[in-house]
Amino acid sequence: MLELVLFVMIIVVGTAGELCLGRAMKETGELERFRPSAAIRLLWRALRVKWIWIGVTMMATAFFSLLLLLSFENLSYVVPVTALSYLVGALGGIFFLGERVSMQRWLGISLVCAGVAVVIMAR
Amino acid sequence: MHTRLHLKTYVLIAVMVIAGPIGNLLIAKGMRQAGEVRLWPASELLALFLRVFGAFTIWIGIACLIGFIVAYMLALSMADYSYVQPAAALGYGVTALLAAFVLGESVSPLRWVGIGIICLGVLFIRNTHPRTTETRE
Repeated sequence: MLELVLFVMIIVVGTAGELCLGRAMKETGELERFRPSAAIRLLWRALRVKWIWIGVTMMATAFFSLLLLLSFENLSYVVPVTALSYLVGALGGIFFLGERVSMQRWLGISLVCAGVAVVIMAR
Repeated sequence: MHTRLHLKTYVLIAVMVIAGPIGNLLIAKGMRQAGEVRLWPASELLALFLRVFGAFTIWIGIACLIGFIVAYMLALSMADYSYVQPAAALGYGVTALLAAFVLGESVSPLRWVGIGIICLGVLFIRNTHPRTTETRE
């Protein structure tokens, strides 16, 4: 039961946090030049977007859940199962960031889900 | 223009694929060194917290994951989330390899098959255009 809760925290809350980061970075603008100074300026600008703080909080929660889960579960099991976040991520990308997901990408996501199912069944 | 966009994105993704799995490996190692995990009473939780974050391993792991996240955010600023996330997730396969060969976890053949299917799915996703929305001014 604890394991299930931790997986949900990592996959759903973690992905939601990443989506918030994605939104924040889209509001911040693009990395114009590929230089450390430009990258630091961009990240500094990003810190003023509210979405970044929501995202960071959610990702921190997911991170502590991951730490707990790793204390009693194998890394080679935990990491593949968290791949389910592709599905959550694509759905979030559509509904939250207004991205389009192509047919081919859906196919890839389906494969990923099938792989996760195999990993879970192999236990 | 598009070639440059792809190139920058690929460099950042390469950083993610290397730093992410090493970070995962180190925090898994750190948690295993921390001993038995009890979340209650609160004093136990505090003791666990101090044990975990008092060790060097976990901090190197966290540094790797921060490198991963910075590369991730920069990549997200120029490509779609649903493009970057799967591409970066190639690192998930690398993590499994590190778990087996460095941590010595026993990975059953069927689990390898599952991980292989996941990576295949990732490769499928990678061949799509990186951005479908415009950057806001």
